[in-house]
Amino acid sequence: MSDDNTRGYHDIGGLAGGPIDRSGHDVTLSETRVDAIMMLLGDDERRLMRVDELRRAIESLGEDAYTGLSYYQRWIAAIANIMVEKGVLSRAEIDRRIAEITARAAA
Amino acid sequence: MTARFAAGDRVRVHDRHPPGHVRTPFYIRGHGGVIERVCGEFRNPETLAYGAAGLPRSTLYRVRFRQTEVWPDYAGAGADTVDVEISERWLDPA
Repeated sequence: MSDDNTRGYHDIGGLAGGPIDRSGHDVTLSETRVDAIMMLLGDDERRLMRVDELRRAIESLGEDAYTGLSYYQRWIAAIANIMVEKGVLSRAEIDRRIAEITARAAA
Repeated sequence: MTARFAAGDRVRVHDRHPPGHVRTPFYIRGHGGVIERVCGEFRNPETLAYGAAGLPRSTLYRVRFRQTEVWPDYAGAGADTVDVEISERWLDPA
């Protein structure tokens, strides 16, 4: 078998995973919105994104992002990267909007 | 396109580690099992992941593996199995 350094950081099947967290949590509004964004981007009208692209983008975030971000944080980071990759949005546009929203929230 | 394998056939998963998006789990690569069912034809997730059309379609199979074959230190029952859905692109006859 090949060595483990060829294994993606997401490809954890069979590895020790530590104790199982059995606590439940309600989905937050922002998580629901991320899910809705993904549904809308992939619908027949837009066809801007596929689940396969989402997965590939998540697998490309880097190990620190993968372990440090929550499930839906990984989704939205991956979605943003794919939108920039496809030229739907520019990184500058995203940064500008984040700055506007942050300023408004701080005011 | 006709399916290369049928339920009951013995198969072995390729021991490959290509770059990019792969749906065949690392832990099952190189292992041998039996076709449990033919799942149908699907586009290729490895190329869909990069915005391509994912064609041509290829047959997907549910493959059943013995846990004692997959894990060298498996401590559960000898009859235990794990089913993994694997594309024909990743299978050879065993």
